[in-house]
Formats: sequence, structure tokens, C-alpha cells
Amino acid sequence: MNQSTNERFSGMEPGRTAVFTDSRNEAVRAFEVQELCFRYASPFDRSAGWTLDELSFQVTAGEVFGVVGPNGSGKSSLLKVMAKVLCPSHGHVRLFGQDLERLSQREVARQLALVPQESLQVFPFTVAQTVLMGRYPHRRERAWTAGFGWDAPDDIALAEQAMAEMDIAHLADRLITELSGGERQRTVIARALAQAPRVLLLDEPTAFLDLQHQIEICSIVTRLSRERGLTVVLVSHDLNLAGQYCDRILMLKDGALFRIGSPDEVIRPEALRAVYGCDVLVDRHPESGRPRVTLPGLASR
Amino acid sequence: MRQPGAPNQPASRVEAGSFGADAGALRSTTAIEQVDWRRSPILTAGRWTWAMGTLSLAGVVLFLLCLQFGAQHVGLGDLSRVLIQALRDWRSDREAVGTTGVILLQVRLPRVLLSLFVGSSLAAVGAALQALLRNPLADPYVLGVSSGAALGVSLAMWLGIGGTVLTLSALPLCGFAGSLLSLAVVYRLAASYGRLPVHSLLLAGVILNAILTAVIMFITSIMDPNRSAGMMSWLMGTLTAPAYPALAVLTVYLAVGITVLMRQAQILNLMTLGDESARALGVETERAKKLIYVIAALMTGAVVSVSGMIGFVGMVIPHATRLVLGADHRLLLPASALAGGIYLMVADTVARSLLAPAELPVGIITALAGGPFFLYLLIWRKDRLA
Repeated sequence: MNQSTNERFSGMEPGRTAVFTDSRNEAVRAFEVQELCFRYASPFDRSAGWTLDELSFQVTAGEVFGVVGPNGSGKSSLLKVMAKVLCPSHGHVRLFGQDLERLSQREVARQLALVPQESLQVFPFTVAQTVLMGRYPHRRERAWTAGFGWDAPDDIALAEQAMAEMDIAHLADRLITELSGGERQRTVIARALAQAPRVLLLDEPTAFLDLQHQIEICSIVTRLSRERGLTVVLVSHDLNLAGQYCDRILMLKDGALFRIGSPDEVIRPEALRAVYGCDVLVDRHPESGRPRVTLPGLASR
Repeated sequence: MRQPGAPNQPASRVEAGSFGADAGALRSTTAIEQVDWRRSPILTAGRWTWAMGTLSLAGVVLFLLCLQFGAQHVGLGDLSRVLIQALRDWRSDREAVGTTGVILLQVRLPRVLLSLFVGSSLAAVGAALQALLRNPLADPYVLGVSSGAALGVSLAMWLGIGGTVLTLSALPLCGFAGSLLSLAVVYRLAASYGRLPVHSLLLAGVILNAILTAVIMFITSIMDPNRSAGMMSWLMGTLTAPAYPALAVLTVYLAVGITVLMRQAQILNLMTLGDESARALGVETERAKKLIYVIAALMTGAVVSVSGMIGFVGMVIPHATRLVLGADHRLLLPASALAGGIYLMVADTVARSLLAPAELPVGIITALAGGPFFLYLLIWRKDRLA
């Protein structure tokens, strides 16, 4: 039984690797964002400021790219624009050289998966069904059964693998409405992995997770990035997490780019004071040597 | 890495302990745990066939049963004799099938068929609206969509459009216009910042319902009293035996509607995740929403034009079906349609047999059965609707 599963998975492996790896990996830009402006169209308030203001940056294929900034600095909006969930007011976003505007929603979803900040589900779908939804953009529709046919064996196998990777295989038949916040979050990440994307966009992926699963998700994400060349864009409040796992970090202030670069270049006391308006301690992580942010102790106030 | 966070995992699925040895190391991409797809309920062709087969069988049995009841009871023997004879000769006049045959074929059969179609459509529309609005309490009646259709139809009747040769097509189309308009209004009223909170949606529906009902009542009171009595009973939700050509036209409307909705089943599944997630998974949400809203309004308009406002079928049936068969719309939509048809067929049989030879509007029966269920959901399960 187990033997056959392993065989099936190893059988899937070549196809899966092909999805992730890119021979031109080094030079490829996963994202090119040019002079991107965005605001929420509001019929009542024409004076509303820009949520995203003249942003230009690039994300290299295969890197783990962090987006940090205070509440309301436009982090989530940026991620949604990059996923074509929202459309930019001005400017361009290119995904592997192709303008997002010219790609259909489905073509985008084949290359890119978004894990939103919150995902509420009121209907009793099972975990397995939810993860299988990630295969939707890859489904081949036949004219007669469009929107209706059964899940193909390869789709099921990929969903199975994604669930095993996120450690929710044992929850497959549980209802998503009955899960804890962390289990639900892992289900959503598994759904994104089942999409077999080249780019994974994560919006506060560790917000509802306990320490163990925080570490695990970050490790899985970095490992996928290393092994398969998966590009990861990670929005996080947690500066330590961003500093620890990201190759480069973009710091936003009021929707505009404040600083971009390696964690060492971005996570500095003066930058944090300018953006967050408070003093913190920045030292080095004893193991990795990466910058570490600590809240000021009582004595220093 | 074997997870300590998964204590409820049966031992058989934990593979070798050797994997647990390198705790802290990452699991390789090869699956260690195996998902048992026989237990985990994803929708399979077998499950679908089993559920739909059972429902269809129940439908056929109840269909034959419902034909027997009414002002005059017809035994199974007479029933089958008449049905076989009518099918063989393709005639339904008195010489061919006798008085009982005429009652059965020209009064009871079209009405039972009508109740089946109306019930299926209401339930299918309800299921689709619930998914789209992400609200298990949505239903064309509760949201005021039925009242919109009713207003369109009453206006048409008042202005005399319905009295012309166009009867077959004009009334459903007026109902369609009314329901589309009220659906748009409810949506605009309830949506705030791209979200549709459960309670503001219901509130908007209730208010719109009240306003539209008042306008309908106004029209009824300035109408010719002879016609207004019939209209009142129609408004409460009454099924009257239609002529076969009218039934055929209605069937086309509803069959097309249900087919289109079923082809959106997979998209409806994704829409329950919310607009943004659905878009990120490759659904053209705006196009899908427009199509489904228009189809829902069209079907509601057609249904209301023949049967008035029959409440709660569209809410109760999909909800109950979902509890039993799960939330996947590939099964939920057709199963709800079947169950809704059966439910309304039985309710209408009760409505015309309970006080025979007098009749109750079937809307009273469905509201009496569905209203308490709605309250139960609202009060005892509100934590899960938040």
C-alpha cells in the first residue's frame, strides 16, 4: 500500500519538477513592477490618497522576497495587485515578462498562487475538497462536462502530496468549518501548493499559527524555493520572520517604497524609527547572523 | 518529521518510525502519510450516482403517490390503467380515458408536473444564490427577489399585458425584469467595501420585501375587485393546473436555467471562498457573477409568473441537502433541484387534499414548514454564520 503510494509520487515527480524549475533561472525576473499606483475606487471620496504610490521594483525568480511595513502601508493591496485580484490604476506588473493585464485570470492562476490573510468558509467543504480546488486552473474542460467533471487522478495525487507536505493529510475528511485557525491556514497553503505555482504569494502566512507550525511553514517555503526554484513573496508584520527567511526585503511607508535590499540593509534602527515611529533594538541572531529586532526593555523607557 | 500536533491520527497511517528519528528535519516530498480517499469525502462519480439514483427513485414513487391524492382519491390500479392508455393512444379526452382519466390527465398531472418544476427551480436558484452571496440563508423569497418578480408580473397584469396572446412569454419576462432589478438593489444596499455581511443582506432583503409588497398591495386594491381576489391568492403562492403548451414553455425556461447553473457548479464551489480567492484561483468572477445572477433572476421571474410567491423552498432545501450530501455544487445543485421538486410536489398535494374540495395556497404550507427552520438556523446556529 505504502509502497504503491511512494511509487505513484515518484512517478509524479518529473512532471512536478518541470513545473517549478526554469532553465534560465538565474536571470529570470519573476516580477517586474513599474510605476505602480493603486487606489480603491470610492464613489463617495474622490480625494482618497493613493494606497500604492509609484512603486517600482523587481523580484528575481527563485528568491524569497519579503514585504514589510506598518498597518495600512499597502502591503496586502500590493500582494493583491501582483496576483491580479485587484487591477492597478497606473503602471504595470509583469509576471515572467508577461503583462498581467494581458493574461487571463486562469493563466495567472496556473503560475501564481495567493494565500490570503483570512479565509472564511461558511459551507461544509472537507479539507480534501478545499485543497482540490487548487487544481481548478489546470483542469482541462470538455465541452459537455464543463464545470462539472470529476477530479482527475493526477489532480488528486497532487492534492494528496500538498496535504502531506502541510501535515494535514490526517484531516482530509474533516470539515473546513470545524478546523482551528492554524489547521485552516495550513489547508489554504496546501491549496496554493496544489496549484503547482512558480510563484507563491503569502499574506501574513503565520498569523494564526503556533510556534511549531510557524517554523515549519517558513522552512517548507524556503525549502520549496531552494529545491524547485519557487519564487516566494511574503507579506509579514513580523520583522524577525522576514529578516530570518527572506533574501531581500521591501519596506513600504504610506504605499511608497521606503527601502529595498537585503535584510541587513533594510532592518536597521534608523529605518524602523522612520517607518514605524518607535525605537527598537536591532542586534544579530546568534545562529544565522541575520538582523534581529527586539522591543525595548522596561529599563530603557 | 512526525507531528506531535496530530495526536488523533490512527496508528495505521503513521508509517515507519524511522521517519520520526530525524525530528526537526523536513519531510521529503515523498508522502509519508497517505490520504484515504475512500473515507475522505471528495465527490466521486459513485457517490454522485448513488445519491441522484436514490433521489430519483424517491421522486418516481412519490410522483405516483401524489397523483392518487386530491379531491377525489384514485387508486393505483386506475392510475396505471389511465396512464398506460393515455401513453398508448396519446389522447386525454373523455371518450378515451373516462372521467377519472380527464381529472388525472388534464388537472392533476399538469399540476403535479408544475409543482415539480417550480420546486426544482426554486431550490436550484437558492443553492446558487447561497454560494454566490456566501450566505446559507439566501433564497429568492427572503432576499425580495420573488417580490420584485411579483411586482413586475402584477404591473403587467394590471396594465393588461398578460391578457394578450403574449401571455406565454410576457409574464415571465416582466417577472424577470422585476427580479433582476430587486436583486441589483439588494446587492447594492447590502454590499459595503466589497463585502456582503450576512445580516445586512437579510435586512436589505426584508426592507425591500416590505416596500415591494406594499406596492403590490396598492396595485391590488385599485384593481377590479373580481380580478384582485385571484391575484391575492396567486400572490400567496398557488399552483393551478396549467395548459400543456404553457407548461412546455415554462419547462424550457427552467430546464435551460438549471442546465446553465449546473455548468457553473465548479465555479460556484470556488466562489464560496470569496471573490478574491476565487479570482486568485483563476475564476473570472465578474463574468461568472453576472451570468449566475441573470439566470437566477430569469428562473425566479418565470416561476413567480406561474406560481406567485412560494417561500423558503429555495432556502430550506439546499441547506438540508448540503447537511446530508456535502457542499460540492456538482452534487448539491442537481440534488437540491430534485429534492426541491419532490418537496413542493408533496406540499402541494397536502395543500389540495387537506381541506378538499377547498384548497390552501401551497405558499402557506411551505412557509409554515420553512419559517421555523429558518428561525432555527438564525438563532441556534448563528455562531457558524458569522
